[in-house]
Amino acid sequence: MDLQFSPEDIAFRDEVRAFIADNYPAGLRGKGGREDLSKEDILSWHRILARKGWVAPAWPKEYGGTGWNAVQRYIFSEELARAETTPILPFGIAMVGPVIYTFGTPEQKAKFLPGILSGDDWWCQGYSEPGAGSDLASLRTRAERDGDHYIVNGQKTWTTLAQHADWGFFLVRTDPAAKPQEGISFLLIDMKSPGVTVRPIITLGGEHEVNEVWLENVRVPVENRIYEENKGWTCAKFLLAHERTGIAGVARSKRGVERLRDIAASEVDQGQPLIQNPFFKRKIAELEIDLTSLEYTELRSLASTAAGKGPGPESSLLKIKGSEIQQRITELALEAVGHYGAPYFRGFGGDNEHGIGPDYAQRAAPTYFNMRKTTIYGGSNEIQRNIIAKMVLGL
Amino acid sequence: MDFSYTETQTMLRDTLARYLSDRYDHETRMKVSRSDAGWSAATWKAFADELGILGAPFTEAQGGLGGGALENMIVMEELGSRLVVEPYLSTVVIGGGVLRATGGAAADDLIGRIIGGEVVTAFAYAEPHGRYDWADLKTTAKKDGAGWVLNGHKAVVRDAPHATHLIVSARTGGGQRDRDGVSLFLVEKGARGVSTRDYPTVDGGRASEVYFENASLPADALLGAEGAALPVIERVIDEATVAICAEATGVMRQLHLQTMDYAKQRKQFGRAISDFQVLQHRMVDMFMEVEQSVSLTLMATLKLEESDAERMKAVSAAKSRVGKACRFVGQSAIQIHGGMGMTDELAVGHYFKRATMIENQFGSIDHHLARYERLSFDAAA
Ligand SMILES: Cc1cc2nc3c(=O)[nH]c(=O)nc-3n(C[C@H](O)[C@H](O)[C@H](O)COP(=O)(O)OP(=O)(O)OC[C@H]3O[C@@H](n4cnc5c(N)ncnc54)[C@H](O)[C@@H]3O)c2cc1C
Repeated sequence: MDLQFSPEDIAFRDEVRAFIADNYPAGLRGKGGREDLSKEDILSWHRILARKGWVAPAWPKEYGGTGWNAVQRYIFSEELARAETTPILPFGIAMVGPVIYTFGTPEQKAKFLPGILSGDDWWCQGYSEPGAGSDLASLRTRAERDGDHYIVNGQKTWTTLAQHADWGFFLVRTDPAAKPQEGISFLLIDMKSPGVTVRPIITLGGEHEVNEVWLENVRVPVENRIYEENKGWTCAKFLLAHERTGIAGVARSKRGVERLRDIAASEVDQGQPLIQNPFFKRKIAELEIDLTSLEYTELRSLASTAAGKGPGPESSLLKIKGSEIQQRITELALEAVGHYGAPYFRGFGGDNEHGIGPDYAQRAAPTYFNMRKTTIYGGSNEIQRNIIAKMVLGL
Repeated sequence: MDFSYTETQTMLRDTLARYLSDRYDHETRMKVSRSDAGWSAATWKAFADELGILGAPFTEAQGGLGGGALENMIVMEELGSRLVVEPYLSTVVIGGGVLRATGGAAADDLIGRIIGGEVVTAFAYAEPHGRYDWADLKTTAKKDGAGWVLNGHKAVVRDAPHATHLIVSARTGGGQRDRDGVSLFLVEKGARGVSTRDYPTVDGGRASEVYFENASLPADALLGAEGAALPVIERVIDEATVAICAEATGVMRQLHLQTMDYAKQRKQFGRAISDFQVLQHRMVDMFMEVEQSVSLTLMATLKLEESDAERMKAVSAAKSRVGKACRFVGQSAIQIHGGMGMTDELAVGHYFKRATMIENQFGSIDHHLARYERLSFDAAA
């Protein structure tokens, strides 16, 4: 056992750090944590990493991965978070990519993987429906065979950033008579197909982040089905279990805590910096300790993955604690900014450049509202606790 | 001991509740909140003329209904349950409270105009650096002949865009954080040297940054005694704090009700999600938080007339508890709604946002716990 990085690890860290410092777009500095990034904001860093060959560290080398070990991947994500780079969206790189290289045909791999890596294709995830959220297997979007096409009808919802998407991966019902999990197929749908309509859903903080996606007689070539017909649930389950590195968001949360400390150092309370207020200091201390225990739990889980044991249902623990910590950071930030949590930054008509109050205060409330999502999506925390109860504890 | 409401109080509640249920549904509220003006002058007029509630806490001699803090509590709870954006708190509770405390013929005249709906006040008490220390003031008022010259910047002055008059705290003497040397002034919104930057707030209201640049005020702009306003400010902010606790109970009851309705109707895994025990317990906890908040709000309302120390202790007990309840009830409501809770479309999100803002308004949970500790432990030592 050893808590220290090896000299090779440190050299690797320095290499990554230097690359970010030299290549991260100046115009995006300090914007990494925001919810209102434009498509170009998000893509420009993706493309830079893609050119370097670093955009998909978790992929096997033959498909465009880096060949790094788990520690190196961990260091890489730490460094990205430390520099607050714009996040690499999960839908292509972390979700559909691995499904395609694991279950796809050689033609499918050749057709889709390059666009995922380069960022030329923007992907969205079409799982949830108005009637099928936590109970995903009850989904009702239908795909009926018509020669070498499927005709797809139904409605998806909460589809993140579908307004920018070129492609979507969808779970659809191909056998209505089978048991819920057994009649589902995994389809890749060109979002520009006739019959696909994307409508915005505005969320609490005023963002346009999620959408309704309506599918009306959308013709999808059968060759866009991944894996066997009616075996889509296998792909969905694989995907859920696959990309667990980073699910806890430890590195980003560390940066979040640092920012919180900066805010508390700038704010004044009874003539002193707020960070010297013993109540507030105590709360930050508790938060840091929670984050440290999450970090070491993740490292333990990483070590067992490296030792060949796949990430198990205990990754639910990382999701629960990780999301709770992310939310706690935003709670304390909102508390720290005091009166200036109230102004709404979208309403300053013509003068958005000059917000009200200190810069760090302007997004405190919208971010707090927005982060409520983290305990709802990706399997709600109630569902994750059910999973631990059943799969880990055998209750 | 008697916790029953008088007939007049019950009538006040019922009339207001009926009016809001007929004329202030969620859609109307959203339209008003998003309009250019950000409030409805017509609703305000109706509050004055049709309902008479703008006179609820004032004496009959002043033209009011002869009520007091309990009447404010009743009104605020109803306003909270509909997320009303009109400035009852700023004008009747705070403006009325200051004028009642400072007194005089001019004050009575203004109270009459508040009751009539012609005067709307906003309270410019907080400053960018001062957090919840009401004495920490950089705004100054200097004697200038018979009058005063005002300079400074007031932060997040709620309802200032709608106001005809501002009530402003400023330093007339002493050092930046001294208890002595704080005075209150009545300033007409349009006066020379007064400028504002108006904006919406995240909970659907409006506020301004208010700047004074050599604003010259007449001698009679001073409210109460020169340099001795801090106790008045503390008292009025305590009254306002209890009033938003009452508002919070209205907001939280709605969060709880809407969540139970949704959970009973939303089906997953072949049954209503209200069948899941973990959600049931969470809704039970929400219920207990609401009930305890109602109890402490009532207690604090009834103690507003006791000694300063008793009053402050009671108000801080209520606000710290209500602040925690706002957080728990609001977060639980969103969580139980799942994705639907995250949308701007459903009412529940807007109740959640108001509940969140109440948490820190007039002092955070920590601020009030610390004040309670000071009064409860240090004073006894
Ligand atoms: C911002 C955001 C982005 C999203 N992005 C996407 C996306 O890109 N693609 C996509 O397909 N989906 C996406 N989702 C959808 C997300 O996966 C669902 O919201 C989630 O699965 C919960 O489903 P639901 O919203 O229908 O809530 P419901 O399933 O109706 O749940 C409501 C409440 O009931 C609880 N509950 C449900 N079942 C149980 C149970 N058995 N025991 C105890 N409690 C239970 C839940 O925990 C929750 O608190 C997104 C959601 C959000 C909020």
